[in-house]
Amino acid sequence: MKGVRLQDITKTFGKVHGVKELNIDIQPGEFFTFLGPSGCGKTTTLRMIAGFYYPTDGKIFFDERDVTRLQPNKRDIGMVFQNYALFPHMTVNENIAFGLEVRKFSKQAISEKVDEVRGLVRLEQYGERKINELSGGQQQRVALARALVIKPDILLLDEPLSNLDAKLREETRIEIKRLQAELGVTTVYVTHDQTEAMAMSDRIMVMENGYVQQIGTPQEIYNRPVNRFVSSFIGESNTLEMTVMSIDGEKVIVRNEHGVKLSGLLSNSSPLAPMNKGETIHVSIRPESILQGDGENTLTGEITFVEFTGLSVNYSVKVPGVTLKVMIINTGGKLLQIGDSIQLSIPSRSLYFLGE
Amino acid sequence: MKKQPFQSSQDSLWARITRSPSFIYVLISPLFLILFGYVIFPFYQSFIQSFGSETGLNNYKKFFSLESTANLEALWTSVYISVISVITCAIVGVLMAFLLERYDFPGRRVLSILVLVPMALPPLVGVLSFTFLYGESGIIPRGIQHLFNLEQVPFKLKGVWGVIVVHTFTMYTYFYLTASAAIKGLDPSLEEAATNLGASRLRIWRKVILPMLTPSIVAAALLVFMISMASYTAPLIFGVERTMTMQIYLSRTNGNLDMAATQSTILSFVSISFLIIMRWYQNKRNYQNLSKGISVHRSEVKSKAMKVVSIVLSVAGVIILLLPILTLILISLSVDGTWTTQVLPPAYTFDHYISLFTDERTWRPIWNSLQMGFVATLGNIIFGVAAAYAMVRLNFKGKTLLDILIMVPWALPGTVVAVNLIAAFSEENIFAFNQVLIGTFWILPLAYFIRHLPLVFRSTSASLMQMDQSIEEASRSLGAGWWMTFRKIVLPLTLTGILAGTLLAFVQSIGEFVASILIYSTSTMPLSVAIFQKMYAFKFGTACAYGVLQIVLILIVLTISERLSKGTAGSAI
Repeated sequence: MKGVRLQDITKTFGKVHGVKELNIDIQPGEFFTFLGPSGCGKTTTLRMIAGFYYPTDGKIFFDERDVTRLQPNKRDIGMVFQNYALFPHMTVNENIAFGLEVRKFSKQAISEKVDEVRGLVRLEQYGERKINELSGGQQQRVALARALVIKPDILLLDEPLSNLDAKLREETRIEIKRLQAELGVTTVYVTHDQTEAMAMSDRIMVMENGYVQQIGTPQEIYNRPVNRFVSSFIGESNTLEMTVMSIDGEKVIVRNEHGVKLSGLLSNSSPLAPMNKGETIHVSIRPESILQGDGENTLTGEITFVEFTGLSVNYSVKVPGVTLKVMIINTGGKLLQIGDSIQLSIPSRSLYFLGE
Repeated sequence: MKKQPFQSSQDSLWARITRSPSFIYVLISPLFLILFGYVIFPFYQSFIQSFGSETGLNNYKKFFSLESTANLEALWTSVYISVISVITCAIVGVLMAFLLERYDFPGRRVLSILVLVPMALPPLVGVLSFTFLYGESGIIPRGIQHLFNLEQVPFKLKGVWGVIVVHTFTMYTYFYLTASAAIKGLDPSLEEAATNLGASRLRIWRKVILPMLTPSIVAAALLVFMISMASYTAPLIFGVERTMTMQIYLSRTNGNLDMAATQSTILSFVSISFLIIMRWYQNKRNYQNLSKGISVHRSEVKSKAMKVVSIVLSVAGVIILLLPILTLILISLSVDGTWTTQVLPPAYTFDHYISLFTDERTWRPIWNSLQMGFVATLGNIIFGVAAAYAMVRLNFKGKTLLDILIMVPWALPGTVVAVNLIAAFSEENIFAFNQVLIGTFWILPLAYFIRHLPLVFRSTSASLMQMDQSIEEASRSLGAGWWMTFRKIVLPLTLTGILAGTLLAFVQSIGEFVASILIYSTSTMPLSVAIFQKMYAFKFGTACAYGVLQIVLILIVLTISERLSKGTAGSAI
């Protein structure tokens, strides 16, 4: 188990920037996720850790060892590829044994280790199967077994769940988390799925356009996003452009140009938000934090869209100057119709102030 | 766990050299060196020679001179034959494709297998069997003459039309293959949609079907035109002297090497232009039909009269397709020198086949060809696999150049390749390790190597492209070095592709005639030249036995390749 440190990493492809000035410090044993839309540079970063790309600038350390330009086969890394990259001409056992053979283990040791890891990923019966005789989920577990059997210092997972159907995805997610916790291996996980990232990670790095937007625990990222990109990328969010009217101790009053006035708390603001009187800022409000009925920050609006999902009722509500997404947990109450008027309240702790 | 002792990352000089971005050019330089030495250099030598020793543009003036028009006539005849061949091949090939893909009639299954028989005929052997069948003293004309007691044979295949008939028979398969692939991919619902919108049959053909087939038809047309321009065997046998390839051959045999070089430079210019047009067209061509799992609906021939007609036509088709091979087999069993004016050979023996393998003189050419084919193919494998890997997996400037340089020798007529080699290797030079290659064993394997350069390359790069790069990366990340990854992962996964190209290159080398006839030496006479000579010595039996042997070899290779391609489809994820 080793830590990974990326220091001032920049990678350009020709003239195109892959990633820029990246600094990350991944702790030994940590489950660390790179999260972002496609093309944000997360896979590029992962491939630099794996050694398939060399950074244009900066250094990569495994613990204290500089591995920036070390060849991929000398890094002692386990990697699971998006399409699994299993060797199609080999059986399950041969696939898993490959890394051990490279490391010149004895036949006896190889067969013991392969059996053990096959048990770990619950593929006991499948040792002699060909790869094309396995389902997608089973292939995924072979790929995981193949990466884990070499007892890697670091495990890299490149969107390992993206080729599975929804149900398998959840099952495998739990499985991977279980294995990671059991083995305690430092894990770097790449995904564009924020639910996956939230559910599995110790810490998440949100990336966009090759730049790091925010690094933090799932709660930090969700509850205290640093900017509009993070707040809208992670979960659903209403982002309102508003002007600071007054700051009185902890209490902040903001209003939009149509006269909607809201009050929030100063401690709920991103370090990047200019919290001064008269400044224009953005306010992020999660749909699920808006309540129906009377309370703080009461607003009345007209319903323009209704969607019933079972778990919740999603409304779009038009208030002066903006349409809010509102999610009400379904408790069997009456469903409102398009055109109905609805009273909403927003607890002041649910407002989060952002800069750009 | 056990760990290898790590070197520090500021490691050895060698490691730093191999990581340098320009190291890749060191790796690919042998490929370019080979192409330079054996493709560009001979081409250049021939080009230089085409200007003659002191006379400057004289040869070109002579070529285009209006006083002695032999050369211009030859150019015209070549183009004329090629254009007609394209048209006849297109008609036969596309029609066959439609009949077999769209209609169900008695005899369809047999016909759809036999339709590819012409591919199994090596050019020389194919032309020979056509002269045996339809030539002046051929079986069919003579048979009809005897049957109806005619004064003269009713028709005979010779001259330009002979060439065109042979071209049609051997090359319609290019149209057939591309057209039937396109028709298979043609979604029947498009036609149904057009009918639904009120279009008539004719209109659907004009507005829907033909436009969708155009890309494949154009591609096949360019290919057939190129091959017809390069065609040498048919004009030779049918005595059409005024074609480009024949003029080159005649200049060479008359010792006028400068003129041969001029003619071949001009012919290469035509061929390479066509290669470029073809590549340009293939790149811009879009694959319109992406619907998957189309089930082609074959309309059944229902009426009684049509059924009879279709049976008769199928039987006729089967006979026409099989006759050349049957004829070869028949004549291979005839006693040499006995068949003169009779319809069929009068006396039969199995001796030719026995002596092929027992008589030193008849076995010699087979052995020569096997050896030379083996050497050439070995070169093709090494070069082809390396070039394919570089092309698909490495990133370097000059990829397009590499691709074109590999394709050029394939586009060049065999005659031109031979003339180029003569120009380059009649004297000592560095690429021949300071030897004169002409007249030695090595010149023919070199010619075969160059002519079949793209075969292994293409089949290997096709299977490499199918193989996901991340499979190699997975192997690297599991600790395997580059060489181990190549050996344990890349080679096993591309083996079928490599093998398919290898087999093809090998049989083609064994049957190669066009370049061989210009540069062989008597001590290493190849199989094809031996067939040609036996023909002229009226040893038809032996010649045809050689031919049948070649056909058997080709059939074996085709069967294995078919198996191989099925095997990959099964095991790929």
